[in-house]
Amino acid sequence: MVQLTLPKNSVPKGGKHYPAPAGSSGKTKTFKVYRYDPDKGVNPSWDTYDVDTSLCGPMVLDVLIYIKTHMDPTLTFRRSCREGICGSCAMNIAGRNTLACIHGHDDCPSDKIMISPLPHMPVVKDLVPDLTLFYAQYASVEPWLKTETPEPQKEWKQSPEDRAKLDGLYECILCACCSTSCPSYWWNQEKYLGPAALLHAYRWIIDSRDEDTGARLDDLEDPFKLYRCHTIMNCAQVCPKGLNPAQAIAEIKKILVERVV
Amino acid sequence: MNFRTPLSTARGLGSAKHGVSHWISERVGAVALVPLVLWAVYSCILLAGLDYYGAVEWIGNPVNATLIILTIAISFMHMQGGVRVIIEDYVYGHLTKAAALMANVFVCGLAGALAIFSILKVALGGA
Repeated sequence: MVQLTLPKNSVPKGGKHYPAPAGSSGKTKTFKVYRYDPDKGVNPSWDTYDVDTSLCGPMVLDVLIYIKTHMDPTLTFRRSCREGICGSCAMNIAGRNTLACIHGHDDCPSDKIMISPLPHMPVVKDLVPDLTLFYAQYASVEPWLKTETPEPQKEWKQSPEDRAKLDGLYECILCACCSTSCPSYWWNQEKYLGPAALLHAYRWIIDSRDEDTGARLDDLEDPFKLYRCHTIMNCAQVCPKGLNPAQAIAEIKKILVERVV
Repeated sequence: MNFRTPLSTARGLGSAKHGVSHWISERVGAVALVPLVLWAVYSCILLAGLDYYGAVEWIGNPVNATLIILTIAISFMHMQGGVRVIIEDYVYGHLTKAAALMANVFVCGLAGALAIFSILKVALGGA
């Protein structure tokens, strides 16, 4: 059966408390952060940091950087661009997958904010999930132009109308917020491709320059790879870029019907 | 120790190259059930006002009998398809999954067949 509870060695236990220094302003907020260190061989924990938010920037990533710099240098997380384009700092903040760099701590519903890694993925350390399979699923849809016609001397031409069809798809930054928010992906991760990979698959299926559409559809027509999507819509709810993977998946299903009806 | 590459895991056993027919049948069944269920609700209200012999006579009408049988048959087929998806979602073990999928077909098939036979018995046999 599907595993609805955590294995014993993954249940968070205890955790340290880092109080705000004396004389902090009244803008102190409490951040409970998931901590796990594979080298220690102990269960994960929830560490609590009381942060004076007047000393750091407005985003949750600013808070994490403040904690790492001033309170606890052992805290581990990924970050790079700090402007929502690299997807590195995807994590679960106050129960919602998002990018820490573009999510303000004032936008969280309470002053006690829980931060954990993306759900239902193996944890490398603290807030860093193992996305190896996620990237392999992306690679498995062969996200590149496939043609047999000899390559033109200049470029593959595309009309502005056909190019416009790729809007809302090419912007995906592969942060994994959508796939890791999807219950179907939680329960059948190794068989269901997940919203992100399917959004990219659709991006290449409708690319007017691509000549491998039939084979791409053949590869997707599968009860698990594609049809595990039950239109739960978490993917569209959490996408930090405002994309709608569920709609892309629905479009693939419509194209598959078009092939047989 | 597992030395499979991530891409090999992602590709798995490849595509089954089916699924669209199941997806279409789910939708066709759902659309068919909308008028049938509305009709069934209306019929239940109508039947509540009839006595035993009135109800038997009502079921004996060919149009009513056919619509009841269609409602039952499509409902059980739709239920079997839905429960199958739930089993595929949540049950992992090969044997357990196979047993659950078979039980689903048998239970839905048996319940549907019994219901249809009962309607035919009343419709054709009278009171």
